[in-house]
Amino acid sequence: MASYKVLVVDDEMGIRMGTRRILQNFKVDYPFMDEHIEYIVLEAPTGEEAIEIIDREMPDIILLDNKLPGIQGIEVLEYVKNKLYDIVVVMITSYASLELAVKATRDGAYDFIPKPFTPQELRSSLENITKQLFLKRMTQKMNKEGRLIRFQFLSVLSHELKAPINAIEGYLKIMHEKQFGDNITSYKDMIDRSLERISGMRSLIMDLLDLTKIESGKPVQHMQSVDITKIAGISLDTMRPYAIQKDVDIYLNTKEPVMMEADPKEIEIIFNNLISNAVKYNKQGGRVDIFIHKDNNKIRLQVADSGIGMTEEEKSTLFQDFVRIKNPKTKHITGSGLGLSILKKIVEMYHGDIDVESIPDQGTTFTITLPADNS
Amino acid sequence: MKKTILIVDDDMDYLFQMKLKVEQFGFDTITADGQKEAESIIETVRPDLAILDLMMESDDSGFILAYKIKRMYPDVPIIIATAVTAETGITFDINTDENKQWIKADLFLDKGIRADQLQREINKLLKI
Repeated sequence: MASYKVLVVDDEMGIRMGTRRILQNFKVDYPFMDEHIEYIVLEAPTGEEAIEIIDREMPDIILLDNKLPGIQGIEVLEYVKNKLYDIVVVMITSYASLELAVKATRDGAYDFIPKPFTPQELRSSLENITKQLFLKRMTQKMNKEGRLIRFQFLSVLSHELKAPINAIEGYLKIMHEKQFGDNITSYKDMIDRSLERISGMRSLIMDLLDLTKIESGKPVQHMQSVDITKIAGISLDTMRPYAIQKDVDIYLNTKEPVMMEADPKEIEIIFNNLISNAVKYNKQGGRVDIFIHKDNNKIRLQVADSGIGMTEEEKSTLFQDFVRIKNPKTKHITGSGLGLSILKKIVEMYHGDIDVESIPDQGTTFTITLPADNS
Repeated sequence: MKKTILIVDDDMDYLFQMKLKVEQFGFDTITADGQKEAESIIETVRPDLAILDLMMESDDSGFILAYKIKRMYPDVPIIIATAVTAETGITFDINTDENKQWIKADLFLDKGIRADQLQREINKLLKI
């Protein structure tokens, strides 16, 4: 349960007491709020005391009379405005002249409640204010979090893009200065490493393009009836040269067509990511098994490998952007750290599920469940 | 006797290139490809200086390692070589009192530093 602090500034005790009584058991909730909001009432008989309480308690809402013994309500309003406090101010006054009303509105007064007011008038005014305040704060919070995530993403991205450039530049400098003599074969390892870093960077850029396509609002999906087994086969053919190079065998264990409504490009990205990971994080002489099942209205894609596996802890970070499992077994394996976050985003678009089972040194099985009918 | 410099970085290419540079300056080197390996090295070896990457197994591996090295060998100077500042805009000024308390490094260097600058900074820290 959340609560908002309401400060009543009025020299009439009756108004202060009345407000306290009216708001005592009053709660506001809207379907979009997970909790209801109640009110804590604070009181100030003068503007001077109000300012003290404002600085100390930071109320959320102020019900402010203009005609006060010392400084006027409008001056309290000005104070709140100058301090840039995030407080909603409502003027309660019977003497509101047009001039005052204009000035108060210009200084950020949210609303006017005429005095005397009925309990119902006060409650409905507070209900509105609460909704506005809640939504405003929620928006601010979401914007801030969104910006933060964006910022983290960009900073990690620039790190990931710069690291290979630095590495290649370093090697080129060594070669440029002929630090190991005139014979080009002395530089073979450096050239190999440079090529390796360049291909890592290329795959990062390709992954980024995929991710941007998915993230830039609604992706253009070309939904059609597709044979998943056939797409798995295409993906397998794409990955085969890499698998041969790594001495890993890939088996497509499902032969019969399995149909579903999907964008074939997206299904291919799913298989490419899963199969390339299964090959990449495998052992010499290892195998990758692909299974496709359809029961009822669900399609299950399964890619199992006999690779290095993961610990529970490693598994938990798997789907975050740029996360790559770092341990001695993965030291020489390059990757963008984006493949699985792309996979996850696609699966989410289909309202599907991903399940990962893994045993260190024995292997990992990814199971993706998708609804067959997506029309 | 040659001084020994411990270099820790999870980028194998950067590690190789840094090792090459430092050896050209006339030092011996020991290398580790991450926080864990470095931690086991310092159990048995006391380097004369350490050059650490910041982001390795975790985002603050360099800081943790610096802390552990200083705890075992308070006199060993530590350089944290990072590209973080340029990328995130986050600067770590180790000269403020507040930061001195928790960042146990003697110097921050940008990873793109020129070899001659690096040599000068190492010599300064080793007082040679």
